[in-house]
Formats: sequence, structure tokens, C-alpha cells
Amino acid sequence: MHPWISSLMGGVMIGLSAVWLMAALGRIAGISGIASGLLTGAGDRDWRIAFLIGVVAAPWLLSLLRGESFIGAPVVSWPWMVAAGLLVGFGTRLGGGCTSGHGVCGVARLSRRSLLATALFVAAAMATVFVIRHLLGGLGT
Amino acid sequence: MKMVTALLAGLLFGLGLSLAGMTDPAVVLGFLDVAGAWNPRLLFVMAGAVLTTAIGYRWVWRGSRPWFDDSFRVPDATRIDPRLVFGALLFGVGWGVAGYCPGPAFASLSGGYSSVFVLVASMALGWWLGARVPARSA
Repeated sequence: MHPWISSLMGGVMIGLSAVWLMAALGRIAGISGIASGLLTGAGDRDWRIAFLIGVVAAPWLLSLLRGESFIGAPVVSWPWMVAAGLLVGFGTRLGGGCTSGHGVCGVARLSRRSLLATALFVAAAMATVFVIRHLLGGLGT
Repeated sequence: MKMVTALLAGLLFGLGLSLAGMTDPAVVLGFLDVAGAWNPRLLFVMAGAVLTTAIGYRWVWRGSRPWFDDSFRVPDATRIDPRLVFGALLFGVGWGVAGYCPGPAFASLSGGYSSVFVLVASMALGWWLGARVPARSA
């Protein structure tokens, strides 16, 4: 299958998951909101944990069925993974969402906040990659 | 039933991320590298996900309430504040450094790369810290 077709299908499945979660539980399918709610004492842990188990398990089940993994190797070293994780966590909590909550669910409902957040995080990520790859010549591995 | 539906939604989400190429940071960084060998796959992911969600939400919201809860919990904030702007920018920088946003970070845990666990743990610490920023600062 052409990678573009498989990406389109993957996107449709992510959308169906978001619609399903809204229809069943009335919730936005935002990963950072669902997961960070576990750390900040939201009183409804069960569905959050069940959802995350699904997200973690699906790629593993797929690799069992297909005999090949879709999970690629990290491209930066441990210290950069720590820095990236901290920035992604802190930023998504402060900004109230990530690629799924703002980028998919928020953009789909044409939320002003989500449209702006999505434009900003995509632009910041592109600028970061530009600096790392084309000005610094990479971070090393 | 709530648990089962949430689990199914998560499985579908994780499967979608895998097929989309989002669990491979090389694909994600390839999309973000507009000045290099640009890889457009994420555009197809976004188009498929946003259109499906936009159509599906309209259909779901014709009902008065979700199947297993009392009301739809949709954010109603409209104000653009510094938290949103700085948060989105910081998140973007982190995404550009390693190529992982939160969903793919979780979906990549079973790949056997220990540094993905390190990234998810750091992300959780970031969430904890972010929740401690007072509402009126930042």
C-alpha cells in the first residue's frame, strides 16, 4: 500500500476513535488531556487507563498479526529524549492540548484556540527541525 | 461498558497511529523538515482525522447526551491567553527535537526502545510541572 494511502486510512481511524469516544463517553480524544488527568487527581481514572491501554496495546497486537513492527527507532540520544519529553509534557499541559486534542478534535470543531495552538506548535516544530538539521547539522545520536 | 468502549477507542487510536506512520519519528521529522527531503504523510493523516472527526461530531451531537454519561464535555473556552501560546510553542519545540507527540509516544512503548520509556516518564513529569503553573502567570 502506498504510504500516503496508509496514512490517510490511519487518519480516518484516529478520527473514528475520536467520534466513538465522543458518542460513548462525551469526551475529547486528546491524549495529553486523558493521560495528564491521571496525574492531577481527576476523579475518573478508569476510562482514561482503559483508553491508554488500548493505545499502547494496538501497535503491539498489530506487530503480532503482521509479523513486522510499525514502531520506528528513536533518532536522538537519551538526554534529548528527556528534554523533548519535558517540553512536550509541560507545553501540552500549559497549552491545554496536543496534536490529538487541539490538532484533530479542536480543529474539527473549528475552535479558535485549537486552530491557533495547532498553527503555533506545527510552526515551532518545523522551526526546531530547521535549526537542528540545517543550522546545527544534527544533534548526533 | 464505559471501560470496554474506552479500550476500543484506544485500540482504534493506536492502530490508526501505527498505519499513519506516526510511530516512526523519522516519518514525523520528515514532515517537519520542510527545507529538507519533505515527507507529506502527516498531511494525509491530518486530513483523514480532521474530516472524519468534523463529520462524526456533527452526527454525534444530534443526540442529547453520550451513551454512557450525562453530557458531552467539550471545552468552551474561547480566550487566547499567554498560556495557550507559550504552551503550544514549547510543545512544538519538544516535538521537533525528538519527533514524538503524546499519542505516538505511548503507542511506541511496545517497540522495545528503552529511551521511549524515558521520554514518556519525562513527559509525565512535564505534565505534573505544567499543572503547577498558577492560572494567572505564564
